[in-house]
Amino acid sequence: MSYQRDDAGAPPSLFPDYGSTRRRAPLQPLLRVPQTRTETTGPAGWERLMGPALADLTTQHRAMPQGQRIIVAGRVLDEDGRAVPNTVLEIWQANAAGRYIHGKDQWDAPHDPNFTGAGRVVTDADGRYRFVTIRPGAYPWGNHRNAWRPAHIHLSLLGPAFATRLVTQLYFPDDPLIEIDPIANAVPMPFRQRLVARFDMDVTEPNRALGYRFDVVLKGCEQTPFEEDDHDH
Amino acid sequence: MTIDVADRLPDPRQDNQDPALFGQTPGQTVGPFFHYGLPWKGGADLVGQSDMGARPELFPEAHYVLHLSAPTGTPQGQMIELTGRVFDGDGAPVPDAMLEIWQADAAGHYPVEADADPHFVGFGRAATAEDGSYRFRTILPGRIARDHAPHIAVSIFARGVIKRLATRLYFAGLEAGDATLSRVPAERRATLIATSGGDGVWSLDFVLQGDRETVFFDL
Ligand SMILES: [Fe+3]
Repeated sequence: MSYQRDDAGAPPSLFPDYGSTRRRAPLQPLLRVPQTRTETTGPAGWERLMGPALADLTTQHRAMPQGQRIIVAGRVLDEDGRAVPNTVLEIWQANAAGRYIHGKDQWDAPHDPNFTGAGRVVTDADGRYRFVTIRPGAYPWGNHRNAWRPAHIHLSLLGPAFATRLVTQLYFPDDPLIEIDPIANAVPMPFRQRLVARFDMDVTEPNRALGYRFDVVLKGCEQTPFEEDDHDH
Repeated sequence: MTIDVADRLPDPRQDNQDPALFGQTPGQTVGPFFHYGLPWKGGADLVGQSDMGARPELFPEAHYVLHLSAPTGTPQGQMIELTGRVFDGDGAPVPDAMLEIWQADAAGHYPVEADADPHFVGFGRAATAEDGSYRFRTILPGRIARDHAPHIAVSIFARGVIKRLATRLYFAGLEAGDATLSRVPAERRATLIATSGGDGVWSLDFVLQGDRETVFFDL
């Protein structure tokens, strides 16, 4: 067995509008090799690795954080539509003012002592996940004059195999910064829109929080093996 | 005709939930500010219970919500250290990269497989330091099959790295006859082979771009 390669929505490594890629993107083509058990297996036992879930980012400190409380829910699937159960989804983000708790974030928007912005959830048997946070703010960055990142939540997934590892970002609907953001636009249209969550009344809870739906789709497994595969003694 | 306001829904639009767009979620950079969210204390120590791997000095202590490494027992095999630096296309160290490793146990079994060492997790994560250096403590992996030399799968993430870069680390003197390495052009193989400094310390630099550019795989 082996996992699918990138589909048409995959961004390139080098995207000069995003200036940091110019000296950090490999220029040699990626080498295609048959997948072995190294690529088709991956870490499991996420709780042993990373500790218990932190699904509510609004209750990690003494009081509620500033900003608008939101719920993000969805499923982790493979590209054949099958649920990916019991997989970890790590989350980190800026606060409502667009400031990270990170010491190297020099923007002068206020910190929020009641908000760290890090969490993790694990999918259930149907691949479902759900977390509670506050809506992050947009923030300026040094990529070009008057550059602002659209509001986003960083997401990290291990998936079932080394081959399915994914780090991505979730954007919010109706954010005009998405269409002028070099990082989001490294993903060719229309596939960039895969990264835009949908506002969803079914996730929204009365008198509590607006809800957004976001499914993560990992690489699927093809069963036709390379001939070199599976030399398992 | 009117509908009850409570049942009104926004119009559908092209987004994550659009069936016409269904497919792999595209990768995006980890950015520069992942340190309070991803590399936990002990994440780079697959053998002991040290704090290796995290950079807790980069954010206030009250905001450390990540895992604290827990005792898992001592895995079998020869303990080794992996070390080196990450460089960009100008030869400058990358102080905001994150590395992950995935490897078999000393007998060549991955931790999810039957007969695997119950005390070995096989997965580690480390943030690079200001000088671009990384460090893991682990065990020397066994052969996963006759035609595969001992190796460790490596993922590299960083600001400016849009999608995960996948590569492998081999061990000088143990790399002969590897089916994957043999597909790497001979003049570039050295970019994947760690050298031994004695005392179980193996060194390999990762070069994101340029003359000594690391071979990255299409996964
Ligand atoms: Fe960000």
